[in-house]
Amino acid sequence: MTDATATDSRSGTDRAMIYFAERARWRGPEVALWIGAFALAFLFPSRALLFNEVAILALFALSLDLVLGYAGIVSLGHGAFFGLGAYAAGLLAKAGAGAAPLSDPTLGLLFAALVCAAVGYVTSFLVLRGSDLTRLMVTLGVALIFQEIANRMAWLTGGADGLQGVAPANILGMFEFDLYGRNAYLYSLTVLMVLFVFARKIVHSPFGISLRAIKGNSLRAGAIGIPVNRRLNGAYTLGAAYAGVAGALLAQTTAFVSLDVLDFHRSADVMLIVVFGGVGTLYGAVVGAAAFKAMYDVLAAATPQYWEFWLGLVLVLLVLFVRGGVMGLLGAFYARLQRVGGRP
Amino acid sequence: MFEILTRRQALGAFAVAACVLTPVAVRAEDVVKIGVIVPMTGPSASTGREIEAAIKLFQAQKGDKAGGKKVEVIFKDDTGVADITKRLAQELVVNDHVAAIAGFGLTPLALAAAPIATQAKIPEIVMAAGTSIITEASPFIVRTSFTLAQDTVPLADWALNNGIKKVVTLVADYGPGIDAEKAFVEKIKAGGGQVLDSLRAPLKNPEFAPFLQKAKDLKPDALFLFVPSGQGAQLMKQVAEREFAKDNIKVIATGDVTDDEQLNGMGDSVLGMITSMMYSTAHNSPENKAFVAAFEKANPTMRPNFMALGGYDGMALFYAALEKTKGDTDGAKLVDAMKGMAWMSPRGPISIDPQTRDIVQNVYIRKVERRDGQLYNIEFETVPAVKDPVKAAKAGK
Amino acid sequence: MLTILFDGLAYGMLLFVLAVGLSVTLGLMNFINLAHGAFAMAGGYVAVVMMQRYGLSLFWSLPAAFVLTAAVGALLERTLYVRLYDKTHLEQVLFTIGLTFMAMATVDYFMGASPQIVDVPKALEGNFELGIVSLNKYRIFVIAVCALLTIALQLGLSKTRFGSRLRAAVDDSRVARGLGIDVTAIFALTFAFGSGLAGFGGALGSAIFSIDPQFPLKFMIYFLIVIAVGGTSTITGPFLASILLGVADVAGKYYTPEIGGHRIEIGGFVIYTIMVLVLIFRPQGLFGRAVGK
Repeated sequence: MTDATATDSRSGTDRAMIYFAERARWRGPEVALWIGAFALAFLFPSRALLFNEVAILALFALSLDLVLGYAGIVSLGHGAFFGLGAYAAGLLAKAGAGAAPLSDPTLGLLFAALVCAAVGYVTSFLVLRGSDLTRLMVTLGVALIFQEIANRMAWLTGGADGLQGVAPANILGMFEFDLYGRNAYLYSLTVLMVLFVFARKIVHSPFGISLRAIKGNSLRAGAIGIPVNRRLNGAYTLGAAYAGVAGALLAQTTAFVSLDVLDFHRSADVMLIVVFGGVGTLYGAVVGAAAFKAMYDVLAAATPQYWEFWLGLVLVLLVLFVRGGVMGLLGAFYARLQRVGGRP
Repeated sequence: MFEILTRRQALGAFAVAACVLTPVAVRAEDVVKIGVIVPMTGPSASTGREIEAAIKLFQAQKGDKAGGKKVEVIFKDDTGVADITKRLAQELVVNDHVAAIAGFGLTPLALAAAPIATQAKIPEIVMAAGTSIITEASPFIVRTSFTLAQDTVPLADWALNNGIKKVVTLVADYGPGIDAEKAFVEKIKAGGGQVLDSLRAPLKNPEFAPFLQKAKDLKPDALFLFVPSGQGAQLMKQVAEREFAKDNIKVIATGDVTDDEQLNGMGDSVLGMITSMMYSTAHNSPENKAFVAAFEKANPTMRPNFMALGGYDGMALFYAALEKTKGDTDGAKLVDAMKGMAWMSPRGPISIDPQTRDIVQNVYIRKVERRDGQLYNIEFETVPAVKDPVKAAKAGK
Repeated sequence: MLTILFDGLAYGMLLFVLAVGLSVTLGLMNFINLAHGAFAMAGGYVAVVMMQRYGLSLFWSLPAAFVLTAAVGALLERTLYVRLYDKTHLEQVLFTIGLTFMAMATVDYFMGASPQIVDVPKALEGNFELGIVSLNKYRIFVIAVCALLTIALQLGLSKTRFGSRLRAAVDDSRVARGLGIDVTAIFALTFAFGSGLAGFGGALGSAIFSIDPQFPLKFMIYFLIVIAVGGTSTITGPFLASILLGVADVAGKYYTPEIGGHRIEIGGFVIYTIMVLVLIFRPQGLFGRAVGK
């Protein structure tokens, strides 16, 4: 690791550049995490379906982390874009009836991303106004209206019965969505990884750094010449597109879309996951999603009727005793390991 | 340092993962597994608990052997969310090698699992969901609950025979509600009646007052109601508030509204209410008396309702099919064995229609009365062997 | 038409009693308490237990619901909430959602998942027929009780010493502290009182709509809408917002305009649309003051 204090002779700009470059560097454990994630598909083939859900949830949480952790926009209605993406991809796959051009999964992802980006851009203007509470409410309101629209447009969406006949074609025309869910998991994980790398690039780019400045103090950020509103529009649009892709993955890998993709529970859960994992860390989204699903799986198996109680308890304890979520814990642990290892 | 850490972390992660994840179950030749996926938490939780209690009762009564095999039931909670239902169904198939999947508290949940049943070629026994189209979603779906239209059409007949000419309908706005509305409206119109208005209340809605007021302002002879069982108590509370009887408006409903499990909590305001349903806890038969007594003994705080019957008869059907195939768990053979199966259930004689794989059963017209200090739906008219009218109409065309 | 207005009024009044505690605590401590609905649910279940198990009348259950939930509120405030005032909004949201989950599962464990409903007292059954309008007696009772409460609250805030301290603390808690006002104690009392009101509203409402373990989540959205539209700096704001939402919700379900032969059911949209529009054009709430905190 480069020691920043030893570079006093260099100019401030240089040091800043080195600092940012250091932050953006890939670390060993990160690489191990991704390799491990792919290995899971082969180590535990029987749980591939659960892993697939985790990967989708992680991507969804990642999208909220971009909005919440980097742009500082508190959203209780992020599920709106997840649902919109699911319906967009589902309807496209249905229109293609399982044949290549329209039902191609990759095309479905792109389509969902575009639709959500467009809607996200338009609604971002509503969200930019007001305080935390106002944003919470506007995002919630928009999500509720979306759900009501999907319910009303039963001729298109299937209403409360759900969208039938979603038949995605083979992935890249080669790999079928098998009953064991392994291809589905590898597909979702690949999409997650590609988008994660992209998100990582973005948050370490000047755009991402200016977002962080806005989150820190938007007045001052404006004063040093950052176009605050335009940046926030951009971040919200990007988050919407990411959420749309996550929704599209769910629609394609389950071959079904039901109204509950737009449910309030989704927005609340994903918020919990991001805060649980650690806000503004990107990895918090992934770790949070995995921890959330694992916790759900263990608790639901132990007490199917009352697992909510234990989930609630974990959340309460987490807020009371742990700062910065799971990533905060891991960070503290990592720092201690480094001290013990004798590193400066 | 990084290398060491990486390895250490990787090992740690592996160890944790190995603890969390259960290994693939070993497949024993003489055990047949059936996976029951129902909502046990969330708004539809009572559905799942009734079904679970009924299935456990069935196994306690009839033992766990059928067709020379030991039957093992695996319960899963899908919290009422469709993609979880689908994942659980898939896992049950690939990990637990179940011979059948069953349960399904709501229409979208049953539909989400349909492609799995088709792909895995195993029976999907629908024990609760009531939209007509479900059995058409896969050739492996068999239903032991009911369809909304099945319950509704006999009630429309009863209304026409009892001098009701002008009606207003109010249903919950989702698949089963729309099925009920269509079936009722068509029957009334075909019988020369008049439908003044068809109102649909959003599914998630605590306030029915405006809809009820509107119905009252239209001054019909009768108001027809359907909401899923959990909302019945609240709806009836608000119905009582409007005092329809003063304007000579009869209030009639499907039996979901006066769900046996919740009927007692509704109070005297529901006394005299006319409903139609395929099962009442008060059904007068020796089979039912034995069933209710055993159920209430095993679950002192619960009363068996139509959901419990769906679970109980679903298990009966699965056992009977296993007997018939002599323990062969091939999905197609099981479904074939189920087709045309007929037996005496606590709700009365029932059978599985060989063409549609849907249930054929008696529908009863009932009236809420007080017996031994408790409220019951007392049956006073029986419409024998009703098929699902929606699919019957399709077949007729 | 008048009946619809009347129903909307009763609904709105009830919503106000349920939500006012949340509004005041939010304005006072800038604390987002999403578990507020759990207090309302607790009050509702107090009424259910007292009336169904012990056969007591609703008139006894209402004050009992108030006292018990207020006590629980005070206890939780002193032991748990007090640790969260300096944390971020996000952590508060997470914490209170966690509490809500625990409350829901606990109620489910003891009372079962199916909806519970209580009987209206015999004296309040039936309707008054006034020519073209028919007014339900229980709803008249609800309106009267809520109106009395609102007046009492308003008077208490404007005329008593505690009220002026509370207003000072809401306006600027730092300056209030500087002036020697014990903001912590005021907050604890207000929190307990607000929770008690929610419990009272839950008990009052349990005779109109049923109470089940999902209640806190179902109504959380309504509470937040009331506050978003009404603002948090006054009592009249949330009050007017509640009435507006109650009437709009009921009327939106009664009237279904037809456009080009298609019936458009606006019922599900009305209140959300009002909320979003209000927040876009007046982010501080329709009745809130322009100065933000």
